[in-house]
Amino acid sequence: MAIAENIPAPDPEAEARAEARRRKLMAGAVPLATAAGLIALWQVGVKAFGVPTYIAPAPSDVAATLIDKFPLLMQNFWPTLFESIAGFAVGNIAAILIAIAFVHSRNVERAFFPIAVFINTIPILAIAPILVLIFGPGLTAKVVIAALICFFPTLVNMVRGLQSISPQALELARILSASKSEVFWKMRLPSSLPFLFSALKISATTSVIGAIVGEWVGADKGLGALIIDATFNFNSPLLYATVFMSSGLSVLMFALVSLAERRIVRW
Amino acid sequence: MMAANDIAAGDPVTAPQGALAASLKGASVRFGAFTAIDRLDLDIEAGSFYTILGPSGCGKSTMLRLVSDLIPAASGEVSVLGKTTEAARLAREFAFVFQDAALLPWRSALKNVELPLEIGRKRGVDIPIGRRSPRELLELVGLKGREEALPHELSGGMRQRVAIARALVCQPKLLLMDEPFGALDEMTRDRLNLQLLDIWRETGTTILFVTHSISEAVFLGQKVVMLQANPGRLREVVGIDLPEPRTTKLRDTQQFTHYCGYLRDLLETC
Repeated sequence: MAIAENIPAPDPEAEARAEARRRKLMAGAVPLATAAGLIALWQVGVKAFGVPTYIAPAPSDVAATLIDKFPLLMQNFWPTLFESIAGFAVGNIAAILIAIAFVHSRNVERAFFPIAVFINTIPILAIAPILVLIFGPGLTAKVVIAALICFFPTLVNMVRGLQSISPQALELARILSASKSEVFWKMRLPSSLPFLFSALKISATTSVIGAIVGEWVGADKGLGALIIDATFNFNSPLLYATVFMSSGLSVLMFALVSLAERRIVRW
Repeated sequence: MMAANDIAAGDPVTAPQGALAASLKGASVRFGAFTAIDRLDLDIEAGSFYTILGPSGCGKSTMLRLVSDLIPAASGEVSVLGKTTEAARLAREFAFVFQDAALLPWRSALKNVELPLEIGRKRGVDIPIGRRSPRELLELVGLKGREEALPHELSGGMRQRVAIARALVCQPKLLLMDEPFGALDEMTRDRLNLQLLDIWRETGTTILFVTHSISEAVFLGQKVVMLQANPGRLREVVGIDLPEPRTTKLRDTQQFTHYCGYLRDLLETC
């Protein structure tokens, strides 16, 4: 075993690290390979059965459109991004403030929670035309729709988060004779953050849905408007490319919120 | 090794002999129709280490909560250092250590210890600042170098030591401890018992320590307060006359086992 003698003694820690790296690589490679496989299957299927492009474009057509029409796509990407972010901000800030009011006063909660539930039960597609009628075809309606879709999950999670402080921490606050505002700022609000971020991750993606639904009802720009336009013109590659951009927007929003969460919620 | 001295009452570290850290006179606590504590009379001498034993539901924790103004007395009187419990609370005369450390999970160990100094500062509350800084207190409880660790990065025993450091930051004259080591393994518990005795000797504070463990009660306490259940009443205050300072070896002595046996028999009749 002359060769074996030349090998340095195995470092168990380095080996464990290499093993962990391998596992991490596999964890990333498996879903990527699956997705690539499905796309390849789609490409082969569409070509093999001669499916017309307007019914189902091949991935290669969609990719070509993505590149050719990139300026057009980006031109419509920005308004939707803006509406999503504005709706996200408005809806979540409103939900947070109302959650604070609910936690401070049971009467406010009793009065308004059923209304919040009721509004949440109306399908967003049904309420969107009403909001467009009220706010007109401009930006406001889309922001309001995006805000509305963000509102409920954040309200529910934030109320739970503000109540999640342990009874012993509240006893500690009492022993230290803490004021109501100190309990809020130093205990309730920080302890609600993990709950808040789970809600923000949901609304990061739903705010994009809200903005696009708002654009369907009446808009001449934005990814939603482009989807309607491409559908009516049987421009399936553009439709698919737009859908791809929309989902990219959702992923971007989600990633930003996740990044913020990792920075802020370290416990 | 110190020989067996006859400290029967009140360790004379700082407190004048005979001064009372807390006093209950006919104090009762009721939750609705349930009487948790029934006409309890008890004087807590300043500077002493009291352990409180009793069967479940005898009102051990309730008694601490009564003294610390967390719950009101239905009747009778409770005073802490000659003041009402509320006045003592506002003056930060006492501190409380909970069974679960009750640390704020987003704050580092150091930030948790500093919490009592932050509460009330902006309102201009006169916060008694202890002799030791939060950093020194963490060192005192053996957590030097872990100041920036978050609670979830610390073991259960370490978290409880952070909680003790936090309780000491305002230099309380009375330290109320509600089964602080109840959730820890025996070895950690023994080590923390010794550490707590050191802290007690050094700070001269009065300690009221609730426990389920007879041997812990005997090892720590100069006096064991035995409560009985249904309704919660005082059964007996047993003076523990063991050599000071107490060491682990003490647990093997006949005196120690004698006290444990006596309390076990007493507990069975409670």
